[in-house]
Amino acid sequence: MIRINCPYCGERDHSEFSYGGDATIKYPSLDSSEKEWTKAIFFRKNIKGFQLETWHHTNGCRMWLEIERSTVTHEIRSVKPCHPDLKKVVENNK
Amino acid sequence: MKTSRLKNYGKINRNNVLSFTWDNKKYKGFEGDTLASALLANNIGVVGRSFKYHRPRGIFSSGVEESGALVTVGSKDRRDPNVRATTQELYDGLKASGQNAFPNVNFDLAGINNYLGRFFASGFYYKTFMGIPPFEWGKGTAIWMFFEKFIRKAAGMGSASTLPDPDSYEHAHDFCDVIIVGSGPSGIAAAIEAAEKKLDVILVEQDSIIGGDQLSENEFDSSHIENQIKNLGIKVMTRTTAFGLYDNCVVGLLERVTDHLSLPDKTLPRQRFWTIRAKHIIVGAGAIERHIAFNNNDIPGVMTVNASKHYLNRYGVLTGKKIVITTNNDSVYETAELLSEAGANVTVLDSRTNFEIETNKTFEIRRGYVPYNINGSKKIDSLDISKSENINKYETINCDQVLLSGGWSPAVHLLSHRGVKPKWDYENACFLPSDTKENITMIGSSRGLWNKNDCIASGVAGATDALNRLGISKTNYFFPKPGGWKNPIKPLYEVKYNKSRSKSFVDYQHDVTSDDVRLAHREGFISVEHLKRYTTLGMANDQGKMGNIIGLSLMADLLNKEIPEVGTTVFRPPYTPVSIGALSGRNVGKHFRPLRVTPIHQWNTDHGAKMIEVGLYQRPWYYPKENETLSDSYIREATTVRKTVGICDVTSLGKIAIQGPDSSEFLNRIYSNGFSKLQVGKARYGIMLRDDGIVMDDGTSWRLAENEYFMTTSTGEAAKVMSWLEELLQTRWTNLNVNVTSVSEQWAGVSVAGPKSREVLNNCVDDSSVITNNNLLFMGVASTFLKGKIPCRIARISFSGELAFEVYVKSDFANTMMDLLWENAKKYDGCLYGLEALGALRVEKGHVTAAELDGRVTIDDAGLSKMASTKKSYIGSAMRKRGVLKNNDREILVGFFPANLKETFNAGTIVCEKNNIKGQGIGRITSVTYSPELRHWIGIGFVKGGLDKWKDTTLVGADPVRNKQTNLKVVSPHMIDPKGERMYA
Ligand SMILES: [Zn+2]
Repeated sequence: MIRINCPYCGERDHSEFSYGGDATIKYPSLDSSEKEWTKAIFFRKNIKGFQLETWHHTNGCRMWLEIERSTVTHEIRSVKPCHPDLKKVVENNK
Repeated sequence: MKTSRLKNYGKINRNNVLSFTWDNKKYKGFEGDTLASALLANNIGVVGRSFKYHRPRGIFSSGVEESGALVTVGSKDRRDPNVRATTQELYDGLKASGQNAFPNVNFDLAGINNYLGRFFASGFYYKTFMGIPPFEWGKGTAIWMFFEKFIRKAAGMGSASTLPDPDSYEHAHDFCDVIIVGSGPSGIAAAIEAAEKKLDVILVEQDSIIGGDQLSENEFDSSHIENQIKNLGIKVMTRTTAFGLYDNCVVGLLERVTDHLSLPDKTLPRQRFWTIRAKHIIVGAGAIERHIAFNNNDIPGVMTVNASKHYLNRYGVLTGKKIVITTNNDSVYETAELLSEAGANVTVLDSRTNFEIETNKTFEIRRGYVPYNINGSKKIDSLDISKSENINKYETINCDQVLLSGGWSPAVHLLSHRGVKPKWDYENACFLPSDTKENITMIGSSRGLWNKNDCIASGVAGATDALNRLGISKTNYFFPKPGGWKNPIKPLYEVKYNKSRSKSFVDYQHDVTSDDVRLAHREGFISVEHLKRYTTLGMANDQGKMGNIIGLSLMADLLNKEIPEVGTTVFRPPYTPVSIGALSGRNVGKHFRPLRVTPIHQWNTDHGAKMIEVGLYQRPWYYPKENETLSDSYIREATTVRKTVGICDVTSLGKIAIQGPDSSEFLNRIYSNGFSKLQVGKARYGIMLRDDGIVMDDGTSWRLAENEYFMTTSTGEAAKVMSWLEELLQTRWTNLNVNVTSVSEQWAGVSVAGPKSREVLNNCVDDSSVITNNNLLFMGVASTFLKGKIPCRIARISFSGELAFEVYVKSDFANTMMDLLWENAKKYDGCLYGLEALGALRVEKGHVTAAELDGRVTIDDAGLSKMASTKKSYIGSAMRKRGVLKNNDREILVGFFPANLKETFNAGTIVCEKNNIKGQGIGRITSVTYSPELRHWIGIGFVKGGLDKWKDTTLVGADPVRNKQTNLKVVSPHMIDPKGERMYA
């Protein structure tokens, strides 16, 4: 079982969280073309090793988190809030 | 085999005599016995019949690796099959019986399979039924079906009870610094070292008492050591198996709480399924002695050498009178001495010639000899032995027991669960654990250490390793080198039998012989994983603990490769079987999943509601009067709504509070239709798309104030929509000042629908001027009060197509609201209506729900193109225009009537053209109801091309499941009041 150290709740079982997806995707603006959206939605990398991904602490604080996790070993290097302002707050409180 | 209980041996409690039955006969044993030791003490040699050939089988081991003594324990609803007699503790009144035999294991009619061996060789099932598609219709299936029941009966083990399980099981959780698996010399040393350094330690032992292999030492006192380590604050868990290791040092344990008791306390669970979250794992799981493959190596009386030592010193049972020990390593000599001291006549066959060993010379050692064949069937009569360099010449020794030691396999299983591949060690002829970056340390004989002092040293080193890795200490340590015997082991896996087809077993439990392995090789199944599946080697419930290495070595031999080149199969959890009951724990029956009820639930059932599950929710289905059936009831309810008024609990809808200065902008981006111009005091129906342009959900949003909205979602998608909104605000649109809060539980809601709904509400609200036609227009919202100063929100929203209102109050006021509304609705001959009537009303109007919006449907498919704004961009606006969603072949929402209005049809019906009834047809029917208004059956669904293409053509509704066909007319989905005049009344 993966254990995730939520910046708000502490270390919890992954069963409290829902997996989101690739956290590096820059979603195009709403008025972007079908082509750009297709690229963002359907063309995903299948990374072997560390990848940045989003997780939702669904059964906890309900924050969306940005997690650096190895797809091979499940090792987690970092857990941060997705929201950039909250990321700064957490960083400053360390 | 002549077994006997000795007076001065064993750790059993002879003051507590236990009686038990074996195959319906009564026997006696002692406290501290296992079923296996008690059977041996009673001189019972045959305890089972083998899987395929029904050969008599005895007890091969004294532990979890047992592959012969699988028995059925208990009776009626507590009948438990395939229990290892070697680990089942004896209790008073235990009932056990042999398996896979009729009428019993001593006289089994299916024993004839032994002579039909060629039919049961590896791949038998595949070959026999090749070309017969078992999962397709036709003749082949019938043949398979006919034979299957005989084959399954002939080849099988025990059968489980089919009655409901009377026991309860628990899930439990714990945390610790270090968990130590195994209480042998290394595990105990590690536990003491870690506890003395102030770590929080859990010590897990699958046996009933701690000690591990030391339990085969006469002088070892388990309870003394247990007290000593408990005093150090170590949590000791006996009868508990660490069955699996998982990510982040999570360990799965199965604790057998009452399996050893005759009259368990009813308040105790039978087993506990533990999830332990540790910081470090130390595995001292021991090693397992291997057997040797040679002809008839399965005759009852064959056992591993170490097992006989355990039976002697732990249970006081001498397992034979004239014993032949066959070995290729040093580990057997201590046992040989003990057995001869205990009165047995012992001969050791050692396949090695040059080795030095110090013994008390009470037994004969025959150097360079190997076992060739056992003579006997239900017991051993004699053993043919040969010189290892010339097996064709043999001599015969009379004996009643043959003990085998083909070397030792460290129990690397748990480490293997973490994907760590073991490495082959030529010197010790075994797989050794590899290093891992994870916080897991292997100690004792599970890292290939063969003597006790090395094991103890490795335990201390293991604890130090844990302390270092946890950053508590920085102490140097070293692990003793693997091995520890004076003389090197000489690999010996099989002695080939040259006379005929052999019965030389590699995997006892699945009756896999060395010939089966060779057959697999001849037929090309040379990869370890293929070999395993083709022969089923290592796939029985012992998972090849004894036989896997032998199978590997045979394949290596055939391929002219070394064992590590052939590979090893990956061990997966569980290490030993885990009952389904323990996995489900308390999540059974009504507790199988959470139950959600609305605050109106009790009120509904008090007023006669029959409930139905919608997701996790219980919702009113219908409210029957006297003898009404479901159809009587919902038709009456729907008719009443259209005629006067009805009240329906809609609390299960998702409800989200959306607040903040950018709320309007936010809604405008997530809904496909415009929201930026929605005035305060108005609600709007909206559709949300996914990024890929498919419909996600529909619902309404009410603008309560400049910066405040109240959103409703469908019941099923509520949680998903909430997470989606949070994701957008926290990851994509992080500059929007919006807050979303789930308020689903905080508000109770009802729909009041029908031409008399305003009159009913007039009597219920404090100020009826608020809800007049002028003051509360269609889709108008009012925050006001019900009588008694109950704050409420009212919106003029209609799902039924009638004049209707949704009324929400705080959940605590739910019952008061219902009493008030119902009292007044009754005055207008109103009714309570449930989901079935709601369904009829909405299908008549062509309104879509989850049945239609199934994740494949676009706005255009659902006939809601006008809900897609052309003036703005929103989630999914670019992608809904992509080619595949725009072609003319899409299935479009339509209504269906039966061509003959007296006929019926069902949801799930496939729509086809008249002379082309096949495959997926040209459409599907998603919702069907009897229409009280139209007085015949109607449906909505999808058809390629939609109404325009088919309005003048009769189509066929094919329902192959119910073997039914109905001619259908395609109509507009808006079957009643298409202009919506009633809603605006
Ligand atoms: Zn959290």
